[in-house]
Amino acid sequence: MRVITVIEPPRGWLRLNLSEVWRYRDLLTLLIWRDLSARYRQSVVGYGWAFIKPIVSVLIFATVFGGLAGLPSDGIPYPLFALAALIPWSYFSASLAGVSTSVTSGGHLLTKVYFPRLILPLSSLGAGLADLGLQLVLLFGFLLWFGICPGWPVLLLPVFILYAVVASLAFGLWLTALNVRYRDVGHAVPFLLQAWMWLSPVVYSSTLVPPRWRWLYDLNPLVGIIDGFRWCLLNTAQPRAASFFLSLLMVAFTLVGGVIFFRRQEATFADMI
Amino acid sequence: MPPIIRIHNLGKKYRLGETHAASLRDLVNSAVSRCFGRQSPLQSGLPNFRQADRDRFDDAGEFWALKELSLEIHPGEVVGIIGRNGAGKSTLLKILSNIVAPSTGRIELAGRVASLLEVGTGFHPELTGRENVYLNGTILGMTKSQVRRRFDEIVAFAGVDTFIDTPVKRYSSGMTVRLAFAVAAFLESEILIIDEVLAVGDAEFQRKCLGRMQAVSESGRTVLFVSHNMPSVRALTTRSIVLSQGKLRFDGATENAIDCYAQENSVTRSVAISVTDRDRPFDGLTGEVRFESLEVEQVAPYVEGSEVPILIGVRSQRPAERFIVGLTVFRRDESPVGSCFSPPLAPPPQDAVAQYRLTIPAQQLTPGSYHCAISLAEARSQGRRLQDSLTDVLSFEIEPGPLQSQGWPAAWGPIRFPEMRLLPAHPSVVPASFDSIAYLKS
Repeated sequence: MRVITVIEPPRGWLRLNLSEVWRYRDLLTLLIWRDLSARYRQSVVGYGWAFIKPIVSVLIFATVFGGLAGLPSDGIPYPLFALAALIPWSYFSASLAGVSTSVTSGGHLLTKVYFPRLILPLSSLGAGLADLGLQLVLLFGFLLWFGICPGWPVLLLPVFILYAVVASLAFGLWLTALNVRYRDVGHAVPFLLQAWMWLSPVVYSSTLVPPRWRWLYDLNPLVGIIDGFRWCLLNTAQPRAASFFLSLLMVAFTLVGGVIFFRRQEATFADMI
Repeated sequence: MPPIIRIHNLGKKYRLGETHAASLRDLVNSAVSRCFGRQSPLQSGLPNFRQADRDRFDDAGEFWALKELSLEIHPGEVVGIIGRNGAGKSTLLKILSNIVAPSTGRIELAGRVASLLEVGTGFHPELTGRENVYLNGTILGMTKSQVRRRFDEIVAFAGVDTFIDTPVKRYSSGMTVRLAFAVAAFLESEILIIDEVLAVGDAEFQRKCLGRMQAVSESGRTVLFVSHNMPSVRALTTRSIVLSQGKLRFDGATENAIDCYAQENSVTRSVAISVTDRDRPFDGLTGEVRFESLEVEQVAPYVEGSEVPILIGVRSQRPAERFIVGLTVFRRDESPVGSCFSPPLAPPPQDAVAQYRLTIPAQQLTPGSYHCAISLAEARSQGRRLQDSLTDVLSFEIEPGPLQSQGWPAAWGPIRFPEMRLLPAHPSVVPASFDSIAYLKS
């Protein structure tokens, strides 16, 4: 069978060709696996770091915000309250940072071999999932310790995990494509994440937000994700469906726009790196 | 048979500056310049390209790395791509490999392309050899099961079987390269594109790679092969194309292509350098008869075995006698190689400059960079008198000839003496035998 490949100057604005990404799925899994298996090599604590990081953060948050500031935590012990939010938040922030630099740091691959460029941001979503899984184990340990039993909503947890994955991809795609042209993005992302954390109910409860501003606040997809995690694991109030779907809609738009933008830009990646 | 690669009117342009990461500052700068009607810094500041390269800019200040290239390649052909650095070879390979997009034109490929533009792309030092083979194979476009099928062959070809489960960071650089080439050597594709990768590895491995590539081409696959190493181009290909200034200069038999490439190298003229204001190494030179300009005729390297023509301008302030030019050639490390003298030359007329064309008899110089010291002595009746002297002038380069496959280590010295002569055996010399050695020892 003769497969004719045509190489032409890029034109048009819709070149999704997602089937090609599927054909390269072996590369995607191997890149994820490379990140995972190289991650903690030559480190004594190894995957222990996946536990140490959230535990230290929880200790700090519990002391400062739970203890000193006395922030309400919806009737849940504060460490548990913070951990349930930290798990999706640290996944989101690490993935967003990873996705936004994925193309520039994969420059050596990009200029030497052809593969669908979407593989690069997709592959940086994977490695964090291992940490997230380990941290969930830690959280279930906490639940046992505090004697809390999650109800049926725990079955919906994978939905919220998936939502976190999709949200970090949606925003990351824009950032990584922009970062190729304007390296300023790489410098701005840490600040963006810092601000984003305070705009998300990580250390405080979303019920503290005045109802007047709630609609705006809910547009932040992290609100839905974190409240979803707490609902699934800690039996807190169910997130409001209307605002949840509104933020879902926004993420969907960001994602579709991000994929289109990325594919439009990718033809020039190798020229600009 | 329809061609497997059809390239039509291919072009690739770069806007200067776009190759660098534009920052917001650039954006603001160019917006400000536009508002005030000034030229943007990108347009005003064309870097110092050689004159020939300036022709590759169009009116909009865009640089054409590749222009109006049309080419057809048939299945089973092995085509060499040769040209000087910057001629557009790598750009062509990158477009064919779908890494960068062309600006104009069209390519049709009737088959899968595997390209090896670099050895060991994506190797991760922390991972073992085995893990890297899988990773590198999939990066180059194989599926996991394809890698698994060829795994034993790859490891055997690389000769690293005992270390296959050791992290690659513990490998010697030679082992890494061998393993990386081995992965690429077993790619399954109809079109194989190879860029200069044979420059790595030791001589024995290079032979092995050449053998493997020969096998690939004999199996009916199409190979595009870029190299500066003319012997391997000659050994592997029958057809070659020569790229020059981003355009197709020649397409045909490899022998003729190599000739064309060598010719093209010799057409670049240099510019005479005025030396009137240069410092002289000695005091007490009258400067009455002195060098005005010095020039090596071509900028591009000379092929080993050729003479190096030079052009010198001499001015005399008074009626002068015949004079002799003395010249010492130095290696890059300032060690002298040897000297030569001109025959007595007729003096220039008073207050005028005369040009003399001389040769440096450099036929025995081996590849490398050289420069000269030059002096001028008037042959007066009371003996020679030094009139002018200059150091660190007339630099030129010698490159290996197209037929020279062997390298020339610096330790062998800068001179290749003529081939040794075999003399008829002298009747009184008894050939050395074990007996005579034993005799000498006792």
